[in-house]
Amino acid sequence: MADKHTGARVIPLAQEQRRKARKVTPNEVAARARAVAASRREARASRRRAEVARLPRGRPGPIYGALADPRLRQIARFVRRRLEGQYVVDEYGYDEDLVDDVFAPLLDVLYEKYWRVEVKGLENIPTRGPALVCANHSGVLPWDAVMLALAIRNEVPTHPVPRILAADLLWRVPFLSHWARKAGITVACAADAERLLLEGEIVGTFPEGFKGIGKPFSERYRLQRFGRGGFVEVALRTGARIVPVGIVGAEEIYPMLGDLTPLARLFGLPYFPVTPGFPLLGPLGAIPLPSKWIIEFGPPVEVDDLSADAAGDAMTIFHIGDAVRDTLQQILYRNLMERRSWFW
Amino acid sequence: MGQRILITGTSRFLGGMLAKRLESDPDVETIIGVDTDPPLFEFERVEIVRADIRNPLFVKVLQATGVDTVVHANVVTDELEIGRGLMKEVNVIGSMQVLAACQKADTLRRVVVRSSTEVYGSEPDTAAFFTEEMGPETSAKSGYHRDVLEVEQYARDFGRRRPDVSLCVLRYANILGNTVNNPMSLYLGQPVVPTLLGFDPRIQFIHEDDAVEVLVHAAKSDAQGIFNVAADDAVYLSQAIRLAGRIQVPLLPPSPALAAQILRVLPFVQVPLNLVRYLAFGRVSDNTRLKTVFEYEPRYTVLDAIHDFALKKRAERIKPEPAEQQWEDDLRRFIDRKLAEAADAGPGMSHSTHGDRPGGHPDG
Repeated sequence: MADKHTGARVIPLAQEQRRKARKVTPNEVAARARAVAASRREARASRRRAEVARLPRGRPGPIYGALADPRLRQIARFVRRRLEGQYVVDEYGYDEDLVDDVFAPLLDVLYEKYWRVEVKGLENIPTRGPALVCANHSGVLPWDAVMLALAIRNEVPTHPVPRILAADLLWRVPFLSHWARKAGITVACAADAERLLLEGEIVGTFPEGFKGIGKPFSERYRLQRFGRGGFVEVALRTGARIVPVGIVGAEEIYPMLGDLTPLARLFGLPYFPVTPGFPLLGPLGAIPLPSKWIIEFGPPVEVDDLSADAAGDAMTIFHIGDAVRDTLQQILYRNLMERRSWFW
Repeated sequence: MGQRILITGTSRFLGGMLAKRLESDPDVETIIGVDTDPPLFEFERVEIVRADIRNPLFVKVLQATGVDTVVHANVVTDELEIGRGLMKEVNVIGSMQVLAACQKADTLRRVVVRSSTEVYGSEPDTAAFFTEEMGPETSAKSGYHRDVLEVEQYARDFGRRRPDVSLCVLRYANILGNTVNNPMSLYLGQPVVPTLLGFDPRIQFIHEDDAVEVLVHAAKSDAQGIFNVAADDAVYLSQAIRLAGRIQVPLLPPSPALAAQILRVLPFVQVPLNLVRYLAFGRVSDNTRLKTVFEYEPRYTVLDAIHDFALKKRAERIKPEPAEQQWEDDLRRFIDRKLAEAADAGPGMSHSTHGDRPGGHPDG
């Protein structure tokens, strides 16, 4: 109270000092944000471990006790976990429990038995640090994205959760959109891609977009334009290397003979395919042909020697995009030459 | 001389809890609570002004008390609580008056505005995490969304006109815990929870203890800017419902617009309309700035918040009826007051206890 004589100035001064002590420069903030991003993957893993450890190990119920078959017991355990909500989901929505016990076993049948996916060039995937995997897109329905995700999940032990980017159309569809999220797929936008790469994840993208997946069968294995090169920008800003990956076999699952544009416009779709089976056979037309698939990872295009400023340079982006496109096209041609037939 | 803080919305969860927490803080000289409704707690040294923030006389309160910090926590989140018309009045006109008054207060050094992650809206194809520099992706689709956007607009205007005042805008995720009541806790608290068919959004909460701590930190620190107040993780709506021990019924049609239409004509279903888009597409925000610039590390995860909420729900089944509890609390308070009066011989011995009753506090 002795300060009273000096007037009201005292209040701001005392606060001014406190303010100075707390001030952080924008650079420090950016550095801290990068540190937070880099530690996020580890934080996520440790949070997962802690949450898994916390899951209650309840006594088996009466149904479980009556089941003798270990497979049935496993199913009973799964159903109980799901009903009680006792499973762990990461903040992107990847539902490990669901993928491990339902999605992956079902899709692995397609991967191993139906399309007999053969993976080459695994040495091109970095064992440490992020990678932006760029693939050719084909096959009317995005089965190639599913198989690419499975290939990384099955063959790259350091990155069991591949993060595929999917276009906005998917995110408006009930059921599918939320299953996709649970499988680790996220929205194709720069914010998500950058965040994941800064965390050190493998991100899968299809730079051709709808132009690639919806192209007529006559143009099979011919790469379309690579959008505006947003994927290169993201790689430049995060310093992640770009790994081109060629997917051979997906073009033949639904040979697209025609495109009914008026119907596509009516349903708000990018294309309305006519394949040997669709729309002639109705839902049966959705059964894909059992082609033989090859997924080959090509030599990575390193961008970390370029500064992040290059992300704003259209010419650099164009050049890198072209280099990736060329490598990818070469991978496709080489594998097509080696292939004896569509089906084996 | 310590800090002189004025808090709006002391009858609501955040405002009331903040006032209670600051009471025991020796650095805080004066705490003034402004609200039309009686405060959440019986305070020891908070001076309660029963005033409407929409009244132009509010400027006088600010000038007469010479506060240096204003925490504007009086934002109504629940449309069903007081009706949409009054909610808009309180949120929009109220914030406008409060910030206009702040602009005229010369002694002011710090303003904290409670906002919500609702500003980002809920859209199907937005980034997985909203950061503070992202604005709304589309125009407002619900009343509450519109309100928060306007509140933040007033805050921005204020910041421009009074650059000498450090301004902090807190975008809260839904608050959940063992006492707070808000639209989301009421929704999750229903025995049978209706959801949209085919939609299972990622949602996020901030534990109520963290929510209060952040506000205390905001009132006392000097961090400037906009901050998302959310936990590190996120869950699916379906998982949240199961963990809370409720039953999910995906009865609503797989279209937010259609679902909203149906809810409008069904008076008995407890889903506020502003939640419908959230229930379809969800919303998760990024708390990096909260950790790096604001320097607060959330202590609880979303799962912790849901666990506490589930405990509360389980306890409610066993606990006595609310009315009975109310009388018991009143009785205990009466006895305490009488005892204090009897023991008032010793000067300065202000002694007041009251039952901290969990449940029934509307969130601010």
